[in-house]
Amino acid sequence: MEISDNMDLDQEISKTVGSPLLESKVRIACRDVNVFYNKNVQAIFNVNLDIGKNQILAMIGPSGCGKSTLLRCFNRMNDTIEDCVVDGLIELDGENIHSKKIDPVVLRANVGMVFQKPNPFPKSIYDNVAYGPRLHGLTQNNSELDDIVEESLTKAGLWKETKDRLNKPGTGLSGGQQQRLCIARAIAVKPEVILMDEPTSALDPIATATIEELMSELKSAYTIVIVTHSMQQAARISDRTAYFHLGRLVEVDETGHIFTNPNHSLTENYITGRFG
Amino acid sequence: MSNLEILLILIIAAVIAYYATKRQAQSWQASRDKTKLDSLPNYYGYFGAICTLLPALIVLSFWSFIEGNIISALVVSKFERLSASNASDLSLVMNEIKIIVESGLSEKNSNDLFYEKAAVLIERYSSVSLFLKVASVFALSILGFMYAYLKITPRFKARKKVEKTAVYFLLLSALVAILTTAGIIFSVLFESIAFFSQISIFDFVFGTHWSPQIAIREDQVSSTGGFGAFPLFWGTILISIIAMIVAAPLGLISAIYLAEYAQPKIRNVVKPILEILAGVPTVVYGFFAALTVGPMMSGLGDRLNEFGMSFEIELFAGLVVSSESALAAGLVMGMMIMPFILSLSDDVISAVPDSLRDGSIAMGSTKSETVWKVVFPAALPGIVGGFLLAISRAIGETMIVLMAAGVAANLTANPLNSVTTVTTQIVVLLTGDQEFDSIKTLSAFALALGLFVTTLILNILALQIVRRYREQYE
Repeated sequence: MEISDNMDLDQEISKTVGSPLLESKVRIACRDVNVFYNKNVQAIFNVNLDIGKNQILAMIGPSGCGKSTLLRCFNRMNDTIEDCVVDGLIELDGENIHSKKIDPVVLRANVGMVFQKPNPFPKSIYDNVAYGPRLHGLTQNNSELDDIVEESLTKAGLWKETKDRLNKPGTGLSGGQQQRLCIARAIAVKPEVILMDEPTSALDPIATATIEELMSELKSAYTIVIVTHSMQQAARISDRTAYFHLGRLVEVDETGHIFTNPNHSLTENYITGRFG
Repeated sequence: MSNLEILLILIIAAVIAYYATKRQAQSWQASRDKTKLDSLPNYYGYFGAICTLLPALIVLSFWSFIEGNIISALVVSKFERLSASNASDLSLVMNEIKIIVESGLSEKNSNDLFYEKAAVLIERYSSVSLFLKVASVFALSILGFMYAYLKITPRFKARKKVEKTAVYFLLLSALVAILTTAGIIFSVLFESIAFFSQISIFDFVFGTHWSPQIAIREDQVSSTGGFGAFPLFWGTILISIIAMIVAAPLGLISAIYLAEYAQPKIRNVVKPILEILAGVPTVVYGFFAALTVGPMMSGLGDRLNEFGMSFEIELFAGLVVSSESALAAGLVMGMMIMPFILSLSDDVISAVPDSLRDGSIAMGSTKSETVWKVVFPAALPGIVGGFLLAISRAIGETMIVLMAAGVAANLTANPLNSVTTVTTQIVVLLTGDQEFDSIKTLSAFALALGLFVTTLILNILALQIVRRYREQYE
């Protein structure tokens, strides 16, 4: 599909189709969010979106559509990028995350993040998981820390494989294990939300299946937002799916609805593989 | 016809050969039956050029290398007077004869008929040699071209041959550097062995008395000579430690600032300036140390002394700072290697992948927590490697010490005294009028060997550590 005129596009996707807003149990709320790079390049246009508690929201769309940018707004990781301006209201549990009262450091402890490429620190497996709890002073003594490490690794499905080699470097694990270690590291600080930026794109199908299973289990305790390029993955694990196109949120709905009966032609084209 | 002219003609011949063989290859290609060539016509050209140039070049350089010696030997064998004399006399006489040859035979500038005879002989041999050289080189060149021209066929694997020659050429270039290093090592090693045949290694390494002056004449008032190098190695270590105490924290902290905190604008200005600082010749640092820092410190010492006296404080009573002190040299040397440490550490810290920083920040750590708990440990092996390289630079440094720390071989732990280092003593031993076969001169080689071994070990260690660091992220 050729896009010749931006005006047409604006018209076509001026309003998000589906049900972007929720009535209750809202954890993250975005209202009129715009993101700019270098002042004149706009990456996100007027996004209105609610993310519910204990839900998995999948964000899909072609490369460069702004899904990762929006994800990084939720824990203010975009602060670390120079010339990146986030405009509009983003609330976590009813509180504006850009307000002066909120310390981004505390926010990031509440909103964990798992990256596309596994990035364990060049430390031991134990120290990787203990990094957050130590940083935020979550434990009083070593045995409490041991408990947190065991609990997090167990939740991430890595305890059995690593309990005998906790002092070995985390970089020595396989790719899938490293990614689960990063998930364990993220949940060790007991966040409310976990953001995942294409967490399985660098992994083989077996490791991917393990992590997808893990996400479904984590859903009961956490809100998960996942960016993915795999529509099968979105269909398998998410409760709601949001389709982005060139910085616009085109359509959000229950995952089952989006994949069986998309309302917007752009969404349909992408899902059926005609575009993307 | 000089070697340069021969070389020029050879190169022209090679260019002609290139085009001739290339044309031949192209003509096959263009022929009616459209013969398929094994390689591009260029490669046939290269092959022709190589065959024309290479053998001739090898003979030319080899001939030029041995020509002088052969002629000398021939001349010597002709004259009984020369063949009978000993080595050092012979070289003197031969030099004189060569001077006569160079200044031209027509001028009757020598009153000795013998010299003249020899000079005439040398010139005759030289012209014969030149004729043979030119003839053989050009003959080889032409033969080489003919060989190439006859050898090539459409099926001839010219590209493979050229590739192979290129590999040998690269190998040869690498060999030059390796052989030079080996030559230096062996010359140092053999002279050191000669030295250690007179002074035992144990006395040299652990002896504490260093005074290499030996009486040249029987009646001279001089020391008997002591070759205990321990004070020198200790002085080297002391000054290097002081330098590292100054340079390591300063360099590392500035590197962290530059790599992690500085705005690109600041970084783009500061880094080049510091790299200029690293390029300042050490002799400039040397006179800064000798003329500014040294006197300043000794003045400061005197001031403290007076101060202690006026308040009757015992502490400063014995404080004497000589104007040439290990401290002054160490401080300035620290300033010298600081940019070096900064630059290496900055590279290593910048090489830590951003994904680690993002990971740490996303965990809710502040910038400084990220730097100290994630980035710094990740970069540590590389930083240590940089430190070791910096230490071997400090150990090898000569001028600053020579100018600021003195040449007195004191064995002292007090940085306010003057000390001396291995490199400085080598300079002292080998400058001025020296007998080259005296034990004093030989001791310089032994010192050089000790220094060489030390820095070699440090460098190997540093490379090992840096390599291990690289493996972690690849």
